[in-house]
Amino acid sequence: MLRASRRRFNARHFKVRQVTIAIPAAQPPKKIGIDLTKPVLYGFAAVLLVLIVLPMSWLFYYSVSDGKGSVTLTNFTRLFTDPTFLDPLMTTFIIATSSAAICCLVAAPMGWLVARTDLPFSGVIRALVTASFVTPPFLGAIAWEVLAAPNSGLLNKIFRSVTGAEQDVHLFNIYSLEGLIFVISCYTFPYVFTLVANSLDRTPGELEDASSILGGGRWYTARRVTIPLVLPALLAGALVAFLQAMTLFGSPAILALPAGFHTMTTKIWSLFQYPPKPELAAAASLPLLILTVFLLRAEHMILGRRGYSVVGGKYGAPRLIPLHSLRWVAFGICLAVLMLPVFLPYAALLNAAFSPVATTFLTWHNATMHNIYFVLFELSAASLALKNTVILGGATATIGTLIAVVIAYVTARQAVKGWRVLGFLATAPIAIPGIVLGVGLFLSYTRPPFVLYGTLWILLIAFVTIALPSAYQQLQAAFRTIHPELEDASRILGATRLRSLWEIIAPLLRTGVIATWCFIFVGVMRELSAAIILFTSETKVISVLIYDLNESGDLGAIAVIGIGMLIITFGVVFAVNRIPGFGNVRFRNS
Amino acid sequence: MRKAKISRREMLQGSAALAAGAVFAQPVRAAAPPAEAITPALIEAAKKEGKVIFYTAMDLQFAERLGRSFEQKYPGISARVERSGAERVFQRIGQEYASNIHSVDVVNTSDQAHVILWKRNGWLAQYLPEEVVKFYDKKFYDPEGFELVTRVLVSPFGINTSLVKMEDAPKSFADLLDPKWNGKMVKAHPAYSGTIMNSTYQTAQVMGWGYFEKLAKQNIMQVQSATDTPKRIALGERAIMIDGAGYLVIRDKEAGKPVDVIYPAEGTPLATSPSVLMKAAPNPNAAKLFHNWMHSREGQQILIDYARQYSPHSQAVEKPGVRKLSEIKLMKEDPEAIEKGADEVKRRYTEIFKV
Repeated sequence: MLRASRRRFNARHFKVRQVTIAIPAAQPPKKIGIDLTKPVLYGFAAVLLVLIVLPMSWLFYYSVSDGKGSVTLTNFTRLFTDPTFLDPLMTTFIIATSSAAICCLVAAPMGWLVARTDLPFSGVIRALVTASFVTPPFLGAIAWEVLAAPNSGLLNKIFRSVTGAEQDVHLFNIYSLEGLIFVISCYTFPYVFTLVANSLDRTPGELEDASSILGGGRWYTARRVTIPLVLPALLAGALVAFLQAMTLFGSPAILALPAGFHTMTTKIWSLFQYPPKPELAAAASLPLLILTVFLLRAEHMILGRRGYSVVGGKYGAPRLIPLHSLRWVAFGICLAVLMLPVFLPYAALLNAAFSPVATTFLTWHNATMHNIYFVLFELSAASLALKNTVILGGATATIGTLIAVVIAYVTARQAVKGWRVLGFLATAPIAIPGIVLGVGLFLSYTRPPFVLYGTLWILLIAFVTIALPSAYQQLQAAFRTIHPELEDASRILGATRLRSLWEIIAPLLRTGVIATWCFIFVGVMRELSAAIILFTSETKVISVLIYDLNESGDLGAIAVIGIGMLIITFGVVFAVNRIPGFGNVRFRNS
Repeated sequence: MRKAKISRREMLQGSAALAAGAVFAQPVRAAAPPAEAITPALIEAAKKEGKVIFYTAMDLQFAERLGRSFEQKYPGISARVERSGAERVFQRIGQEYASNIHSVDVVNTSDQAHVILWKRNGWLAQYLPEEVVKFYDKKFYDPEGFELVTRVLVSPFGINTSLVKMEDAPKSFADLLDPKWNGKMVKAHPAYSGTIMNSTYQTAQVMGWGYFEKLAKQNIMQVQSATDTPKRIALGERAIMIDGAGYLVIRDKEAGKPVDVIYPAEGTPLATSPSVLMKAAPNPNAAKLFHNWMHSREGQQILIDYARQYSPHSQAVEKPGVRKLSEIKLMKEDPEAIEKGADEVKRRYTEIFKV
């Protein structure tokens, strides 16, 4: 895919170059422009407007509608007075805050250890963080059900057999607020880790050297130079973690509903059950949107205050801080933390896949192939769901990366008027719970002229929209670290904007772009909340299939599909990493 | 465009009107269709279509077994099963039909109220398999051929016998309120499952809604599907299943798992599960073939032998191990009341159980 787009890009570029030499009239008129930037950018802006503004308008319209066409504020009155809405609102706030805090506490030290110290096997740690990142949160939640359900959970069984405790006694109860926060944190902390580690990777060693030369000790340097440099990334990470936890649907639906409480997303989802109340759901999602906008403004102010361009020219590799005797202790702690999102849940899935009952310990004697046989030869919805998921993953990743690159560039360089609006639009979907976006799209695209419901197109639109914010943020962060002076130099020497983009910026961004592509592909596989409202039987995706299976309690089949899904995901990550010419590119945990 | 339909319910009604206007108006009383056998011509036509799409609320393993048995019997026709709770299947079909997507051929639901609405909307085809007319009691099929009863379900209690002994187990709905069962019970949801919609309505009729308010204080684990509660007690996650698919408990018991069923003293909730053939079926011949075969003795015998359910087919051979329906004190079904009151049932239930 990447090579294909590169060829296209080269071809266009070649024509542009020809045009400047050849007689203009001999070429199609649209090729005449020396700088194609503006039309391209406005085109993207238009696409974005349609992608986001259309469902958002419906959302707003519905939130102030009484369902009969007249304008009213009763939806909001109900939202802020009815305890069945206030409770989920509070719960969501508690979950998002706690998860963000836990994520920062775990991920920031780990990111520092990996990037700035001589931690042994830091590559393994990075790979394991990647593994927890690509694990769909709902799959993790289901695996943790197998591990820590109060009575049948494997960990509780081990606990009881070790301590001889009564049947009623349990160590963990995953069906609780604490359990939910724990599982959400398990699969949200990689966001913070990635941002922190990448930021540290990019911070030039010279700054720290300068501090050392001027007499700053190792820890003084860390405190006064390294940490302030990485602080914006950490704050951005906390923000992303907060927003992720707030808009997550799968884990709460799996763990909170059996425990008898709602979060905002599951509440909104329940409002779309028959008989649907889209007006209330729209109203319920607006506070989430407003909160996000507010937080994003705060982030912008934090990042905006500091000089953040750290890639200016050549710089040396950072000095690694020797941990001495603590090296292996630190490694052990990292590994122990990564047991929680990776080793234990994967072991639980393997156990569930091969044992006759998901929560019976697997032995040589009770091992069964029944679940595998069932998924491969009996489960008739599986192959179609797999096909749909792969098609949507590839298409979304390609289109999404392209849009995100362009918009990140525009906002980082403030290249067109109204770039703030573009940036806002690209970031806004993070605040729209997928389920609400799903309904917005459902309402937008079930009527002429765009009847897309029942096709993969509507899911593609949903997935691109959902993937945009994080892809955009990731690439925007990458752009911020590249000072415009490099580009300016190229422009001064006569290159067009596109040429300087391609020859100067693109190589610097290559890692980021590849990472973003993978990031989106993986994101599509784990997207559940919009898909669950937009799917039809012909356009079911794997995540929806797994959710269906969870609702009917078919844990064995989930385990088999989940493992298959993980294998595909790891395969993609590995393959993209091995693209010829990109062999020296390290995939940075995204 | 702004004035366009707003809720899914309105869409449903709108498209119903559309359907009624677009096709021939539904006669007040349709003529009984002829009883049809599976003919070579039908098989040939079905093979040309090559596939049948079956939406159902029955347990997934059973539904897929049915699908694979059909494929073996008629090679060249694939059967794709879309399984979800009956209330979800109902929502799905409403949503798809409102958008003019007709991707379903045959539907099996566990909530008879759904058929009332579909029939009123004019979405159903008339079809009577020969065996149904010959071997089914009249109460198990619509003489106009709009619906056939595929299976009869009961929703008894289930227990995990390694967590609670049979003699100590609750024997009635009233027993469930004993504080000693606090935190030990699992229950399915009426907004997901048709069986549970029936059982909730029927239990409320017998015990009153006040009963559920007391039950909700027992710290209940709330899952969605009536096929999930039996799995939770088989896992040992909870000791007692308040409602759910009794047939799965019986299957698990026969497979050697430590579970058993209890038919509550006040009566056992009942759910008659009909199937329908859609008028706008994309594979009309394969749909007829599947519909016909599923209600033939062969299809029904799988229902008894593999799924341990009650068959309406008088020639299907019962297998010992399942208590006869006539020997169970049953609660009373009322599809018309549920058709009108389902939303109210869901609303009250959510109010009481919080989710």
